[in-house]
Amino acid sequence: MELLRLPGRLFLDFLHYLGQLAALVGDLGYSARQGILRLKMVAHQIVAIGYGSQTVVVVTGAFTGAVFTFQTYTKFKEFGVESSVGAIVAIALCRELGPVLAGLMVAGRVGAAMAADIGTMKVTEQIDALRVMGVDPVGYLVMPRFIAMMISMPLLIAESITFGLLASYAVTVYGYQVPPPWFMTHMVEHTNMTDLAVGMIKGFVFGIIITLVSCHQGLMAKDGAVGVGIGTTRAVVIASLALLVSNFFLSILLNYFFPMGATS
Amino acid sequence: MSKAGLDQDVFIELRQVHKTLGWQHILRGVDLKVMRGETLVIIGPSGEGKTVMMKHVIGLMRADSGEVIVDGVHMEKMREREMRPIRAKVSMMFQNAALFDAMTVEENVAFPLVESGIRDRKEIRDRVQEALEVVDLAEHGKKLPVNLSGGMRKRAGIARAIVTRSQCILYDEPTASLDPMVSDVIDQMILRMQKRYHITSLVVTHDMKSMFKIANRIAMLKDGVIRFLGTPDELRASSDPLVHDFIEGRSGVTA
Repeated sequence: MELLRLPGRLFLDFLHYLGQLAALVGDLGYSARQGILRLKMVAHQIVAIGYGSQTVVVVTGAFTGAVFTFQTYTKFKEFGVESSVGAIVAIALCRELGPVLAGLMVAGRVGAAMAADIGTMKVTEQIDALRVMGVDPVGYLVMPRFIAMMISMPLLIAESITFGLLASYAVTVYGYQVPPPWFMTHMVEHTNMTDLAVGMIKGFVFGIIITLVSCHQGLMAKDGAVGVGIGTTRAVVIASLALLVSNFFLSILLNYFFPMGATS
Repeated sequence: MSKAGLDQDVFIELRQVHKTLGWQHILRGVDLKVMRGETLVIIGPSGEGKTVMMKHVIGLMRADSGEVIVDGVHMEKMREREMRPIRAKVSMMFQNAALFDAMTVEENVAFPLVESGIRDRKEIRDRVQEALEVVDLAEHGKKLPVNLSGGMRKRAGIARAIVTRSQCILYDEPTASLDPMVSDVIDQMILRMQKRYHITSLVVTHDMKSMFKIANRIAMLKDGVIRFLGTPDELRASSDPLVHDFIEGRSGVTA
């Protein structure tokens, strides 16, 4: 009997979780309507999220581009179409690999930091102290992170894609001695700004998902340091899985609005 | 001013407040009135719900049933967003100070002033300095909370609670972990705040010496209800053995 109840209970828990996220979105909406923009805190978060994620994003983009080029070139050479490597790598990096891999890395780095920061404030009563002083914790803690992520993520994704393409160029041109015009011509012919736009839009959405999931885990933290640890782990796991699942549906949706191979 | 001769209008009132946390029925019908301008001290064994009761007064917790009325306003019916006006009248000092880790002591104390909309930097600086002097922390304003001792953190928490000059201050164990001299400074400060600004204070404490020094009335919380309510003299004269054992610190355990 208990086994039969399990799927229903999991489904109810899932709905409950979605309800809590929706309530957080509602609180953010209320906070936005209050019109209090904490520019200093937004700037601080942009530095922490954007500037602080440089290494992670650059290394992820560059080595993804490099290894994808290496694997593709070997097979493409067998079919005599190695000059198309630039185009394939560019499309893959812009539409999928760039946003997803950089998004996952940011979910790990920034998501964990958000959940741990806010969770620690929760269990040490700092959030209660904010409430007592009439300060809305969502407006004070979540809103600046939310705005900073929406600004930073698309730019981080674009940066990751750029370094992926540079690495791909380096591997193709210097590693396999392919003439640069071959690489560049095919890449420019088969990719356009819409491909980059797809990557940046995905980054924007991923930024929203990571912030909501991570801040929610922080705000729900309880039971001291152990609770903060559990919340931080959950934040990274849920944000990463949500990012992968949403990517599939986003790809379908964005392909409808920005079809692959369309000229800008 | 005689301790009993205070304004008789009620600032805080709890009527039949019940609260269950997890499987524990913590508050089982608490009835209590705190008069405007009085200092009411809440005592009772650890884990009896003194802090829980205090958190109901400022809306950090909501009663399962019963009424919480602060300055004539029913808290239990209010949404979090609507509590701002009441929270401007009532401030709270937390048991573990709850200072913001990323801010210096000065910034922590200035925080409620800035958030209440004061933009005059000189006024903020003067009031922060005054609050820090009251708790003897004026020379430590530039330090981060992590670099303070437990007692200093507590005093910084008190400075943050008093800087807004609220009508009512809730103190959760203000003298715990403080040395006797500093405890006396805090006691004198609570008395001075009452005398000078007619501030209502609700104090949770286990410090019996401090209690007799500052209390106009004392309430003892036991088994989720108010077991005793009266003046310090009435407490001393109480015939309840549990009340006596508590203030005398007798556990009944022998070596």
